[in-house]
Amino acid sequence: MQNAMSMILVAATGPWAAKTVAERASESLDTSLWAVAAYMVLALLAVVVLVTLLGLVLIYAERKIAGRFQCRVGPMRVGPHGLLQTVADTFKLLLKEDIIPTRADQAMHLLAPFLCMGATVLIIAVLPYSPTMQILDLNIGVLFVTAVSGFGVMGILLGGWSSNNKWSLIGAMRSGAQIISYEISATLALLVVVLFAGTMSLRGIVESQEAGWWIWRAHGVGLISFIVYLIASTAEINRTPFDIPEGESELTAGFHAEYSGLRFSFFFLSEFINMFIVSALAATLFLGGWMPFHIGGWTTFNNVMGLIPPSLWFAGKNLFVIFVIMWFRWTFPRLRVDQLMRLEWKILLPIGFANLMAASLVVLSNFYFFPGK
Amino acid sequence: MTQSMSIVDQLRARFGEAVLAVQPVCDGIPTLWVAAARVIDVLGHLKNGVDKPYKMLWDLTAIDERTRINRAGQPKSDFTVVYHLMSFERNEDIRIKVPLEGEYPSVPTLCGVWPNANWYEREVFDMFGIRFDGHPCLRRILMPPTWVGHPLRKEHPARATEMPPYTLPDDKMDREHEALRFVPEEWGMKRQSGDTEYMFLNLGPHHPGTHGIIRFLLQLDGEEIVDSVLDIGYHHRGAEKMGERQSWHSYIPYTDRIDYVAGVLNNLAYVQSVEKMAGIQVPARAQVIRVMLSEVFRIISHCVWYGTFAQDLGAMSPVLYLFNDREKAFTIIEAICGGRMHPSWFRIGGVAHDLPNGWQKLVKDFIDYMPARLASYDKAVMRNGILKKRTIGIGKFSTEEALDWGITGPGLRATGMGWDARKARPYSGYENFDFEVPVFYNGDVYDRARVRAEEMRQSVRIIEQCLKNMPEGPYKSDHPLACPPAKENTMRDIETLINHFLGVSWGPVIPAGEACCPIEGAKGYYGYYLVSDGCTMSYRTRIRTGSFPHLQMVPLISRGHLVADMLAIVAGVDFVLADLDR
Repeated sequence: MQNAMSMILVAATGPWAAKTVAERASESLDTSLWAVAAYMVLALLAVVVLVTLLGLVLIYAERKIAGRFQCRVGPMRVGPHGLLQTVADTFKLLLKEDIIPTRADQAMHLLAPFLCMGATVLIIAVLPYSPTMQILDLNIGVLFVTAVSGFGVMGILLGGWSSNNKWSLIGAMRSGAQIISYEISATLALLVVVLFAGTMSLRGIVESQEAGWWIWRAHGVGLISFIVYLIASTAEINRTPFDIPEGESELTAGFHAEYSGLRFSFFFLSEFINMFIVSALAATLFLGGWMPFHIGGWTTFNNVMGLIPPSLWFAGKNLFVIFVIMWFRWTFPRLRVDQLMRLEWKILLPIGFANLMAASLVVLSNFYFFPGK
Repeated sequence: MTQSMSIVDQLRARFGEAVLAVQPVCDGIPTLWVAAARVIDVLGHLKNGVDKPYKMLWDLTAIDERTRINRAGQPKSDFTVVYHLMSFERNEDIRIKVPLEGEYPSVPTLCGVWPNANWYEREVFDMFGIRFDGHPCLRRILMPPTWVGHPLRKEHPARATEMPPYTLPDDKMDREHEALRFVPEEWGMKRQSGDTEYMFLNLGPHHPGTHGIIRFLLQLDGEEIVDSVLDIGYHHRGAEKMGERQSWHSYIPYTDRIDYVAGVLNNLAYVQSVEKMAGIQVPARAQVIRVMLSEVFRIISHCVWYGTFAQDLGAMSPVLYLFNDREKAFTIIEAICGGRMHPSWFRIGGVAHDLPNGWQKLVKDFIDYMPARLASYDKAVMRNGILKKRTIGIGKFSTEEALDWGITGPGLRATGMGWDARKARPYSGYENFDFEVPVFYNGDVYDRARVRAEEMRQSVRIIEQCLKNMPEGPYKSDHPLACPPAKENTMRDIETLINHFLGVSWGPVIPAGEACCPIEGAKGYYGYYLVSDGCTMSYRTRIRTGSFPHLQMVPLISRGHLVADMLAIVAGVDFVLADLDR
């Protein structure tokens, strides 16, 4: 009994025995190749299951939350409280005819949704969900995430371009301009945390926040970069108030106007998964990832907080950010394309740079709240 | 000296023989017949020459006179073109009529004097085949380009049963499709200029931002709008033609469907004109009931606008709140009228029925509920920073331009001109109510929105006064032409019985005459110009709506803006497709 208690305490206060699936696989490389294969299959399965589950949960959540914001109830008919609505919708999308416009560029039109989806799935593999739930921890994690998410825009551009539709084209061009612009601000905000943590490995960043989350450990610098990141990444995933590439009331559906059935659902799904990724990164970099909420010196409090499993911490923080992003969507009107550009280049970018300077000063002077152990 | 002369005498003194006759009409608007050769001079003089000029071309239409019987005192004419001008300084109107002879006559264009004559003349050409010499782009506007005949001519069939069955073989379908193809050169547009090749974007007929079927053809340089053309008529249902085949009474339900979100406001504009011709005085209680229901419908109409306005700018939620409130207003309408969007509740001489028991509570609940809601929309929509950024300075026009283009209603009041027919030309007892006319000064989309948001508050005020001061008495006039006629006395004297029998079996026979008694509709100054030939049906029903001139101005005010602004401008116009195409 005492043993169990002390184990829990150790688990609650660290040090975290973090290990990724990739590490386990490489450890078992010497003993059995079957085990390696099993780990690979496990990782693959995990990604597939996660993507499916996220699709189901997030779409349902979005619709329910939208309903509440709009004094409606949201889906109610399929399953209890409409829980199976997304499943039904998925089936509907699968059964739909896959239409390729006759004058579209066939190959590119077919390829585009998979590019979008591929980029999102790649990122899922490197996110740390808990100390033991991570497929691969790259030592250049942050760089990898930024690079791959930037790659997703190719799918949107190709989709809009190949559809041979003026609305799609405008949507795609807007999207390209928007994502590439806002990528800069998002990256600058992420750089701040990389500076603080001194590592680009996502696991390393989480572990560096044991003493306190970066959002408040650096006297507002972290907070500012969190806000910049939230705005910039909302723009990157094309959500209101930056949904101008789709802009229902303007561009009908923007870049995916000509897509139907499964291919449309790939665009749709990757948009929701992207929202998850953005929130996961915000949680990982600014809100301590799977680290519990600790206050320096309050041992009992910290122990109690530590009883909550890390994966739940991660999920909770993640859901919070997702909710905020959804909240944006059902509250704000849409910016115009030139205002969007002005916001990025004239406001967010200078703030981002100034903030990066401030962050380096903080790092140089080692001037944190809760200075590390 | 000219000061003391009436406008008719002034015109006679100046143009002499060109003024052919003065026609007495029921609505008291000076109506002059002017020879076609001089009409542009006369109209130009009225706009620019006289003091207190007639600055607005409010309406331009035509009448096919070939089968009209009661035309004593009017010059010989096969087709008459009617110009209806408004002077805000005089607070008076004038009607100029031009007699034309021959099967397909022509008359000089007025486009050089008033830019908004363009669409009106195209409409007259489309509907009557009258040509306007010198018109920049005289082509059909409401009917498809492939249509044969001109629908409002008397020889054109009014019913499907008068025509052979409709078929659409493949070759005909291809022709129709081909006719819809947009050729920029036909509209005087260039495909490129210098190094820039323009993109032509087809916004509509089916597009979520257009609120119905209308086509905006945008000439784009990147996302910037160089010019645009509107292709309208997709919602045309021949409401004016139907007026010539329906009894005066049975036409009322058709009017609901003109500005279809503003229900009884349409009825009011129509029945007022009929009552003017029939000489019916509406009892006080009926007047107040009419005012109350009209204001409820003004709120309903503005609710629809408010929500869709926010939606067009990307805010998805307000529309559902506004529709909820509209639903609350509909409970009042439903309890009183039985119907909702199209209650067809007003009758010639009054309203269809008295107010039901307990109506006070419903109205009281609504006026208690609404102001707080409006305040929250102010916060959520009007004071939202992004929304302000999207609308301030967009789609601007001045009072001058507004008058030139025939803009009335909130559009005019956003330019700093506080002209509201309910104040300036009170009808149905509006002079007894205490309310303000909201005025804003920038003339952009945001100010147009503010005018409407403010108007909803004023409407609540008016409804409150109706509730407190509802007079007792009959809800319908006992005039023999009131319809359906009162039944109480039919068993007492033969005269009433006969009138009742005629009124119910034929419908009322309105004495020959002409009248137009417009109202301040939800979307502008809105009226029915009715011509009676002493028959159970109207000889000519002309519906002058706000949406038509307001949309005509859209290309002008959207030039140089971005595609997204186009949607803001369109949302700020507040139009209804049925109101546009009729």
